[in-house]
Amino acid sequence: MATHAAHAEHAHAPQAFIWKYVFSKDHKVIGIQYYVTAMLMALVAGLLAMLIRVQLAWPEKDYTWLGKIFPMGYDVGGGFGVMRPEFYAMLFTMHGTIMVFFVLSTAPVSGFGNLLIPLQVGARDMAFPFLNGLSYWTFLPGCLVILASFFVESGAAAGGWTSYPPLSALKGAVPGSGTGQTMWIIGMVFFIASFTMGGLNFVTTILNLRTKGLSMFRLPLTMWAMFLVAILGLLAFPALVAACIMLVFDRHYGTSFFIPAQIALNNVPLLTQAGTPLHQGGSPLLWQHLFWFLGHPEVYILMLPALGFTSDILSTFSRRPIFGYKSMVLAMCGIGFLSFIVWGHHMFVSGMSPYLGMAFAVGTILIAVPSAVKVFNWLATLYRSRIRFTTPMLWAMGVISLFISGGLSGVWLAQAGPDIHLHDTMFVAAHFHLIMAGAALFGVFGATAYWFPKMFGRLMSEPLGKVHFWFTFITYYGTFFPMHYIGIAGHMRRIYDPYQYEFLKPLQPINELITMSALILGASQIIFFVNFFWSAFKGKKAGENPWEANGLEWTTQSPPPHGNWPGEIPEVHRWPYEYSNPDAPRDHVMQHEPAGAAAGH
Amino acid sequence: MGKLQGLLFALATVVLVVVSTAYFMKPWMPPLLSDRGDIDHAIWVALVLTGVVFILTNLLLAWFSWRYQDAEGARAIYWHDNPKLEWTWTLVTAAILFVILFNALGLWASINGPAPADAALVEVTGQQFAWNVRYPGKDGILGRTDFKLASQENLIGLDPADAAGKDDVLLLNQLYLPKDRAIRVRVRSMDVIHSFFLPQFRVKQDAMPGMVTEVWFTAKELTPPDKPLEIACAEHCGLGHYRMRGQVHVVAASELDAAVAAAAGQ
Ligand code: HEM
Ligand SMILES: [Cu+2]
Ligand SMILES: [Cu+2]
Repeated sequence: MATHAAHAEHAHAPQAFIWKYVFSKDHKVIGIQYYVTAMLMALVAGLLAMLIRVQLAWPEKDYTWLGKIFPMGYDVGGGFGVMRPEFYAMLFTMHGTIMVFFVLSTAPVSGFGNLLIPLQVGARDMAFPFLNGLSYWTFLPGCLVILASFFVESGAAAGGWTSYPPLSALKGAVPGSGTGQTMWIIGMVFFIASFTMGGLNFVTTILNLRTKGLSMFRLPLTMWAMFLVAILGLLAFPALVAACIMLVFDRHYGTSFFIPAQIALNNVPLLTQAGTPLHQGGSPLLWQHLFWFLGHPEVYILMLPALGFTSDILSTFSRRPIFGYKSMVLAMCGIGFLSFIVWGHHMFVSGMSPYLGMAFAVGTILIAVPSAVKVFNWLATLYRSRIRFTTPMLWAMGVISLFISGGLSGVWLAQAGPDIHLHDTMFVAAHFHLIMAGAALFGVFGATAYWFPKMFGRLMSEPLGKVHFWFTFITYYGTFFPMHYIGIAGHMRRIYDPYQYEFLKPLQPINELITMSALILGASQIIFFVNFFWSAFKGKKAGENPWEANGLEWTTQSPPPHGNWPGEIPEVHRWPYEYSNPDAPRDHVMQHEPAGAAAGH
Repeated sequence: MGKLQGLLFALATVVLVVVSTAYFMKPWMPPLLSDRGDIDHAIWVALVLTGVVFILTNLLLAWFSWRYQDAEGARAIYWHDNPKLEWTWTLVTAAILFVILFNALGLWASINGPAPADAALVEVTGQQFAWNVRYPGKDGILGRTDFKLASQENLIGLDPADAAGKDDVLLLNQLYLPKDRAIRVRVRSMDVIHSFFLPQFRVKQDAMPGMVTEVWFTAKELTPPDKPLEIACAEHCGLGHYRMRGQVHVVAASELDAAVAAAAGQ
């Protein structure tokens, strides 16, 4: 009866364009809004990466032409264009910030989370639709503030995506630490506020709005990932908000959370008129602790959804139940829990007590266990399967490949000793681009191709999707794998001109190779955007269940109507991984099919 | 179409394994000049262990994607749990990682252990964008500094009132190390965070404003006088971060004071 009432209420979808597509409260529209915004931000951040790469390969070339496009970034006086070093710092700072927060925390979590949670748990919408709409409209101003910061006097923030003080706290320390850094902080606070609203919605919806028969242990692994991600976000982000507020006070109101007394900037001691220190007893280490208390769970906020998508896609297209469902859930819970006690591995050489370093090395090594379990389970899922190499499946295989490649180098870095040599080198850039950026990015591409029918009712083009995958897969490795080698050779990160150093000069050919690969990688993303927009309007009509999959989202129209199911919400009778059961009449049994229709589980 | 994709994926994976392994065999580490060979050893062990896992898991991935394609009459097995197998691989992984961890903690403890009593002393103070190097002179004591005294003429704020500082020797971007004698480096910063990085010595220590951190190590090889090595800054410290570069010379222990005095006299 209750479902009936809810249904009747939802039948009244808003009609006016502005309420239906702009200030919508429908989770599917909000999900798509988030997704599209994030992908546009990815375009910006990707472009910044290209500029970084060009500079690293050929810092000595004439960039007059780039100076015409980016007048704020290049000195073109005297007929010879060179990038400004502070512009380089702004590029990597904003590239990292946008990619981590505004792209890869947003597209998988806020984008696909919103799209999929009600569809996969069998609900008509998120628990708090208004809050959901509000969260998007809080996110968007954050994006705009971040983008606008490039155009303020003295430019965007330049302290790295980690914004370590005193660099980020003292306006005179680096050009971007003026208005740019303020806008970085404002943008982050908008982002965190929006993420928190989303997180509340996620947890509540998954806990309370599951349809009849859908116990927690019958949830698709994507739902487990979303559930954990929301909890991680709710627990971890407050630390960064707190840190940001403290940073504002340090910057503008003379407090000393992060700034010690003993600072002389440009040979001028920071003193008051009376000759006493301007700041008292703050510690830059405090910021690092607060930042990484968020920062490490954050990398799992990026990754867990991709791992969830991968499990679901893998099972569908290998026509096999996911192997070790319970251990997958446990592994994700374990990763989520452990992610809160490893943050200090970013600080082994910071001057933090070596005893603490030991504790963090222990936690970090421990986290490798559940990560390895996931890989073994995926491999076991592929064993004696019947793989259909569709585009989503290729991306899922790519995630597994990147997760292996990027995960193993973590074992090097977790041992505090080797990290002394490797910390802050390109080895770390290789490590995190493979595991965090790569796995999350490939996960998003896979999810896009897989759930596209539930966004636009159509399928993406398979040939274009495959070409895009192959270009991306090969050049992604071409770009990031060689960074291991130059990192081991000592090549530091965040270096505007590596060849100032004698010992880095021989590495220039490798940097050129990486850059060429990166440029092809960047250019091949055009294929994706073409495919996306073409397919959204002209793609093949998908029908309810084009992949012969089992989840609840495949029991309704593509795209689902307002309220998600035209009739009753289906009831659930089993887990979503019932493929190739020899006792069943078909090779897959959907979650909502009554037990009688399919013998077995 | 499907068949080709599986084949391609298998092929790409095998190429990845072969090429990346071949390149990992090359000697990428900068030549080692200090007593911190244990770090190289740990990296080498990590390379071999993770390399084996990398090769095995990738070969499985390649093999499966080639072997288990969907086709007419193909059957997938209905197999979704095997507690014994799952416990086995979990515990074996944990055991291997435990051994790695055990060694890692030992290495970390030895690096961070106390310096030998006869170690030489030097102070390195990072500053946008240079390294101030200070030796204690005959008395072996570094004189007092106060940031309030810092100026163009007195970069690190040496206190002229402190007698212990009278014989301190100050160098800019030049570091002299004694061969076969341990050296304690007191790392400090005047302004923002820098990181004192000696690639050939496997030394990296952040220079934190408001804090003094100390590392110690022993240089093991002389550097040719005309071919010094480099001090690098490994922590982003502003627009000149990329050129915050110094030079390192390793000299015979008995000649350290003379070399430092000569460098200061120039
Ligand atoms: C289009 C492909 C990409 C390319 C070519 C690329 C390239 C780069 C380069 C060259 C750097 C600078 C390394 C240095 O410090 O010297 C960098 C930094 C970084 N990238 Fe990417 N990247 C890409 C995608 C991503 C993605 C998808 C993420 C998502 C998390 C990401 C996150 C970061 C972060 C966090 C940093 C560190 C920024 C900092 O040092 O503050 N990147 N990237
Ligand atoms: Cu971390
Ligand atoms: Cu620096």
